[in-house]
Amino acid sequence: MSFEKVKALLVEELDLDENEVTLESNIREDLGADSLDMVDLIMSIEDAFDIKVEESDTASIKTVGDIVSYIEKK
Amino acid sequence: MKVAIVTGAGRGIGRSIAEVLANEGYNLVLNYRSNKDELEQFVQTLKTKVLLVQGDVSDYADAERMIQITKETFGQIDLLVNNAGITRDNLLIKMTEEEFDSVSSTNLKGTFNCTKHIARIMMKQRFGRIVNIASVVGITGNIGQANYAASKAGVIGFTKSVARELAPRGITVNAIAPGFIKTKMTDAISDEAKTAALSRIPLGTFGTPEDVANVVAFLASDKAAYITGQVIKVDGGMAI
Ligand SMILES: NC(=O)c1ccc[n+]([C@@H]2O[C@H](COP(=O)([O-])OP(=O)(O)OC[C@H]3O[C@@H](n4cnc5c(N)ncnc54)[C@H](OP(=O)(O)O)[C@@H]3O)[C@@H](O)[C@H]2O)c1
Repeated sequence: MSFEKVKALLVEELDLDENEVTLESNIREDLGADSLDMVDLIMSIEDAFDIKVEESDTASIKTVGDIVSYIEKK
Repeated sequence: MKVAIVTGAGRGIGRSIAEVLANEGYNLVLNYRSNKDELEQFVQTLKTKVLLVQGDVSDYADAERMIQITKETFGQIDLLVNNAGITRDNLLIKMTEEEFDSVSSTNLKGTFNCTKHIARIMMKQRFGRIVNIASVVGITGNIGQANYAASKAGVIGFTKSVARELAPRGITVNAIAPGFIKTKMTDAISDEAKTAALSRIPLGTFGTPEDVANVVAFLASDKAAYITGQVIKVDGGMAI
């Protein structure tokens, strides 16, 4: 399930507690990611799911749910 | 125990950096391109753990492999010293494309290659120190060294940019600009040119590899925690 895998990545990258991460969490505002974290996170997602996230799509990724649905569409 | 990678550690300044860092207690990954025998003998005199890794820093994949091996062996990387460097001196009107490209590939792209592959590891650690060996020639320019000076000026611009990018993760990035240091690189210079160079050094002597290595150790230490994006000249006052 993509959500579990994404959650695990977020927990590791942003040093969070598992229960802080829900589909609705805003990655920057709720989870405290800055722009460098966002780039790092997208790169980790690309590696973990073996996909390419288009530069033009990154702006629309705001919540954890956005990431999960992006991966599932790919 | 802290872990450092030094590129081009076979002789000269790189070897001296390795020695000073070992005395400070660092475990080391020492990169060399061609001469393993020389390095093996030297390593036996060091008291910390040392791993030798062959690789050409100008090769993107080699650089990646070096960094990966370090991470796998020691689990962390505290310090990267981009020291590997070459000269191919010639006057501009005689300089070949190959002379320009090879110097640029090793000195500038080599620094990019290693720094690029270490950056995410250090970001995740929320700690790291990167020290790039530039040259005063990258600041002042020098006849016969347009390729070398350009590569070292490039290293300085690279240092300042990456210092800004990685500062939020507790990583400092600085450059050292040595003047005239007695090594194999400068052995190649004619006696006449050496005398001329000496007359331009206020402190009146050439530097030693340890003069540079001691500054690397300082920049890597906790004492230098608030220094980033700087270029420290170690040149006896040559470029005041
Ligand atoms: N000596 C000076 O006066 C002076 C002044 C200013 C700056 N610097 C800088 O200080 C650094 C060290 O210089 P040095 O005087 O110690 O020079 P050196 O005695 O010529 O040693 C340079 C070392 O770098 C290695 N190397 C060269 N190209 C490499 C590559 N592509 N991949 C991996 N290793 C490579 C060499 O190994 P191989 O022989 O096996 O290739 C050698 O061990 C250089 O960046 C140099 O530009 C020196």
